[in-house]
Order: sequence, then structure tokens, then C-alpha cells
Amino acid sequence: MGIHRGHKARPGEWLAEKFIFLVSLSAILMVLLIFLFVAREALPVFFGETNTALVQKPIPPDEMDKHSPAELQAYLELTPDQFKKMDKATLRDLMNVKVEAQNDIPEDFRNDPDARINTTEWKYLFHAHKWNGYANPEHIWQPVGQIKKFNIIPLFVGTLKVTLIGLLFAVPLAVGAAIYVSQLARPRVREIVKPAIEMLSGIPSVVVGVFALLVMATVLQSLFHYETRLNAFVAGIALGFAVIPVIFSIAEDALTSVPRAYTQAALALGSSRWQTAWQIVLPAALPGVFAAAVLGFGRAIGETMIVLMVCSASVMSWSIFDSARSITTTIAAEMAEAVAGGPHYQILFMLGALLFAATFISNMLGDFVIHRFKSKMEGKR
Amino acid sequence: MNTVTPSQYLPESSSDTTRMTRHFRAEKFDFWSFFFSGLTGLATLFILGILATILLNIIVNGWNGLSWHFVSTIPKKDFFDIHTTGVLPMIVGTAFRVIVMTIFVIPVGVITAIYLTEYAANTSVITRIIRAAVNNLAGVPSIVFGLFGLGFFINFVGKNMDKLLHNASAVWGQPALIWASLTLAVMTLPVVIVATEESLKAIPPGLREASLALGATKLETILKIVLPQALPGIMTGGILAVSRAAGEVAPILFTGVAYYMASLPSHLSDQFMDLGYHVFVLSTQSPNIEQTRPILYATVLVLLMLTFALNIVAILIRARVRKKLRALQ
Repeated sequence: MGIHRGHKARPGEWLAEKFIFLVSLSAILMVLLIFLFVAREALPVFFGETNTALVQKPIPPDEMDKHSPAELQAYLELTPDQFKKMDKATLRDLMNVKVEAQNDIPEDFRNDPDARINTTEWKYLFHAHKWNGYANPEHIWQPVGQIKKFNIIPLFVGTLKVTLIGLLFAVPLAVGAAIYVSQLARPRVREIVKPAIEMLSGIPSVVVGVFALLVMATVLQSLFHYETRLNAFVAGIALGFAVIPVIFSIAEDALTSVPRAYTQAALALGSSRWQTAWQIVLPAALPGVFAAAVLGFGRAIGETMIVLMVCSASVMSWSIFDSARSITTTIAAEMAEAVAGGPHYQILFMLGALLFAATFISNMLGDFVIHRFKSKMEGKR
Repeated sequence: MNTVTPSQYLPESSSDTTRMTRHFRAEKFDFWSFFFSGLTGLATLFILGILATILLNIIVNGWNGLSWHFVSTIPKKDFFDIHTTGVLPMIVGTAFRVIVMTIFVIPVGVITAIYLTEYAANTSVITRIIRAAVNNLAGVPSIVFGLFGLGFFINFVGKNMDKLLHNASAVWGQPALIWASLTLAVMTLPVVIVATEESLKAIPPGLREASLALGATKLETILKIVLPQALPGIMTGGILAVSRAAGEVAPILFTGVAYYMASLPSHLSDQFMDLGYHVFVLSTQSPNIEQTRPILYATVLVLLMLTFALNIVAILIRARVRKKLRALQ
């Protein structure tokens, strides 16, 4: 629309235009808000202000003024909001209670070296630690109990395991189907198959979860004869079902956008339909297919309900026939029992922020690749 | 097949290439071509097979449990008993949250799409950032939306509303229907934007030019010419958003869903029961899986019928819009 008019002549028009522009910024605003408010709840962990150590060096109430508010707040295990509401006298009382509580800790527990550890330090979040009573250093996620262990490596491993199984299952199938539908199938077949596969994405993930839980788990167990009925393998395959339509649509779109001249030239030179698809169209569309896999990855690590329903125990194991707990599952299952503002709550939000960052990067990468690929293809058309 | 007349090689139209190549293949049979083409065909069949299996499994197992009594009963606290249970509050809750969501998401989504197609220059930096943001929003994991709803809508907006309006007693600063709906609105924003944009692009530029040439302003053109034409596309976007949101559970886990409520939700600050969440509860929290199974399947069938009916309508309208778009190009 190349027609521009002076806005002074039409103030109403000008206002409406500005309004439309402002509303259209809401998508940007939302992305920013999501990141800000998910990260905000996790800030104390990032800055090391959270302290979960049970046995602490008590601060005598008389020395209250020597410490910074942030230190006091962490020491008293309060949220910033609670802390702000309290006056000095209340804080003093709380500090007395804290000193008494420290004195009440049983003797044997006081001697436990783990009770002096602040388990939300980076060191304990990522590295293996030899906990009291364990023979070797281990990665443990155990957010309830007296000593809360927040090692997030088992969750990473669980997520990776389930996601990779899902992608290994989904990518070949979805790309194969995309090649078939876009290159080999007759137009009439294409018009039926394409919406049918897109319908698969219309199935809610809880429904796929129920199917995996009741039907697939049994079928796969009788096929592969493994021990635990519900494991990362079943979850991964079910996850694959959810990712197939995503990968399929993007890959199919990429394959179709390869200029017709390529195909016609190859066919004219005597190559078969398959040779054309495999040696001419697929290589040309490779960036698009790659982007499809990347976006599928983003979708897979973000999927919650399927994995939540199919497997949930957080064991540190690389075996695909063991249970696994992914990051999304952990957040969904444990948020209800986490005390608002407490260390567990903060760490769950931190996991959410990490997840957001991971999908943000994979989305950006996928979109960038597709954008470049499309403009290249359009130039050649 | 031995004698080939030249006329068979002459393509009548571009869609004839398929027939031509099939002719070549018949003359020189290439095993590997046949083998690999077959493999891709099998992959397609396999995916369709999965789809069919899931649907059939649920329809066959769920059909018997479905009755008027089932969809119209408010269950007692113990909803694992097949004879007295029902899903009315879940249907109402799901419908309620989806309707509230639509009220928020459609205007914002449509206005954004109007800006992107009618006003923005395609190359400008701000347009590219908006597009990137929309794409990103579409890829954010649903559980992160749940965290966002909790961190922003409940802990920030709701708590501050309570401070201002209710003397800090908890009315809005807790999980509620409105927060779940708003969270879902943020999640489905890209769906509405993309569908609306698609339908706006399918409107011939000539229509706009004619309107402008007759002296209508740009805003008048958009409101009176472009939008009425784009209505089917906007409806598609709305329906797709609704069907996506109706099946989502993760975003509402912390923002409004309740395990059990004795009455139907009546206020925006109420919690609600939900079909998808109920499916999750039935399949994971049941004391006796075998007894719960018929209820579970019937509930899944209700959920699936709801989302699928919406999806099919959306697909049909979209097919019409796309046909129009293709005719233009």
C-alpha cells in the first residue's frame, strides 16, 4: 500500500495507526515478560542468596546491624516480600527463634557434614558430591527430605535421553513421509495424507500420554522384553508421535519450495523420480530439513504431559530402558508441593528459565536457517 | 508399451510430469528407486497407522462409557466410580476458560496481523523483531507458560490487584480462571496471528486499491473491505487456537485448575475443573486402574471429540482460504 497521507489532516486515522502499531508490539512484550518473570523468581539462586544449610553459624540478634538486608533475609529463609513487610522488632524475634532452633538440632545431626552444606550452590547443582552414607560421589535430585539435594544433572540426562529417542524415531519417519508426500505421491493422495498427518498434531498430549500408558507400554514391553514397563524408551516413542507432525510440516514445506526447474531438469536428463528426490531435491532442501529437526527438538524438550504420565522417577542412568525424569516433568510434578519462595520453588523456576533459554536458542536457529533457505530458493525461482 | 509415440512425451500441462516419469520408470525398472520410494511410502503409511490406531483405540474403548448421564452429571468427590461419575464440570470449565481466552487473544492477534500485513514494511527492523517474537512465542514450552502465569499473572498482577482493591486479602493473587485463560491467550497468540495473516494475504490487492481509489482512507479500507473478506481466516485462527488450548494441561497446572470442585465455576476468580487435567488425574492418581479405565477412555473420547470437531472445521475453512490464495498466485 504505497499511499501515504499527512497525518495532520486525519488525526483519527493517525491515532488508529499508532494504536495498531502499539498492539502489535505485544508479542515482543510477552516474550520479554516471560523471560523476566520466570527468571525473577529464580534470581536468589543465581545470586547465591538462597541458603539451605540446616546447621548455620548463628548470628546473635545484637549483631543484626552488621549484616546486609540480603544476608539477613537469606539467613531467616524469608522471601523478599515477607522481609520487606517486617519491622525491626519482628526481625529480632525471628532471629531469636532461629538461634534457639539451631540449639535444638539433635547432636548426631549436627555432626553430619551434609547438614552444613548449602545445597543450592552451583557446585552442588552440577557436580557429583559424596553425600553422607554414599560410597561414591553421586548426582542426586532429591528435593524433599531433611537434606534437600538439587543436583540437576539427572534431569538433564533424563531430558536428553527422552528427547533423543523421540527424535531418532520421529525424524526419519517424518522426513521420509515428507519426501513421499511432496515428491512421489500423486496430487490426490497428497491432498488426503497431508491434512491427516496435520491432524495428528491436533491430538492433545494428554491423549497421546494415555495411549502410551495403556497400550504402547504393554505392546513395546512384549516386543523388547525389558524389565520396567514404563521407561524412557516408551516416553521417547510417544514423544516422537507428538513431534512427527511438526517436523513433517516444516520439512514438507521446505521440499516443496525447491524450484520446479530443478526437478524438471533432472527428470529430463533421465533420472527416476526417486533419484531426483534423493539427489536433487533433498540436498537443495537440506537446510530446511535440518531446521525442521531443530524445531522438532525444541518442541520435544518442551513437551510435558506425555513424559509426566509415562515415566517419572529421577534416576541417574543412561540406559533407555530405565525411568527418566525430564526438566518439564520435574517442574509440573513438584511445583505444587514446593513452598512458594523457598529454595525448591526457586530452583524449579531456574529450570524453567533454562528451558526457555534452550528453546529460544533452538527456535532462533531454526528460524534463521529457514529464513535464509527460503530467500535463497525464492531468488532462484 | 514397446512403441512410444512422440505425442506421449509432450506435456499438456505442468502436472503431466508425473505421468511422463511413470512412463520412463516402466521402461527402465530401477530396483533401488523402487525400494526407497517404497520406504518413504511405508513411513507415510506408518504415521497414518499410528493416527488411526490412537483414534480407533480411544473410540472403541470409550464409546460404551459415553452417555447423556456421563456428560451431564456433576460427580461427587470420589469420581472414580463409573456409575455416579460425570464430566459436566470439566466440560464447563474447559469451555469457560477457552471462551475467556478467545476474548483476549482474537483482538490482539488480529490487530497484530493487520499491522504486519497492511502497515509494516516487510524489511523494517521492527517487523522482523515482531515476526521473530511471534515465532519464538510459538516454540516456548507449555510448562514455561505455566510458570509465567504463576510468576507474572498470579504473583505480580494478582497480588498487586489485591493490595490495591481488597486490602491484601487473597482474591486475585491465587490460581483462578482468568489467569489460566490469560496464560493460554499468550500461548495461542501466534496461532491467531499466523492464520489471520495468511487470510489477509489471500485478499487481492486490487480490492484495496479500488477502495483507496474511490477515496476511502486506509483505515476505512481495512475495516470495511479487508476484514470482512478475511473473516473465514480469522475464524480459522480462532478455532485452531481454541482447539490447541482446549487440550493443553501444562499451562493451567499452576494457574487455575482444581483437582475437585463441588460446584461449577461462576466467577473469573474461581478455580475450575478441566477435561485434560481430569484425564491426567484419572490415569495417574486412580486407586484401581482397571475400574477407572472405562471412565478414563470415555473422558478422553469427550476431549478428543471436542478438539477434533474444532480442528476439522478449521481445516475445512483453511483449505478454502488456501485455494483462494493459490488462485491468486
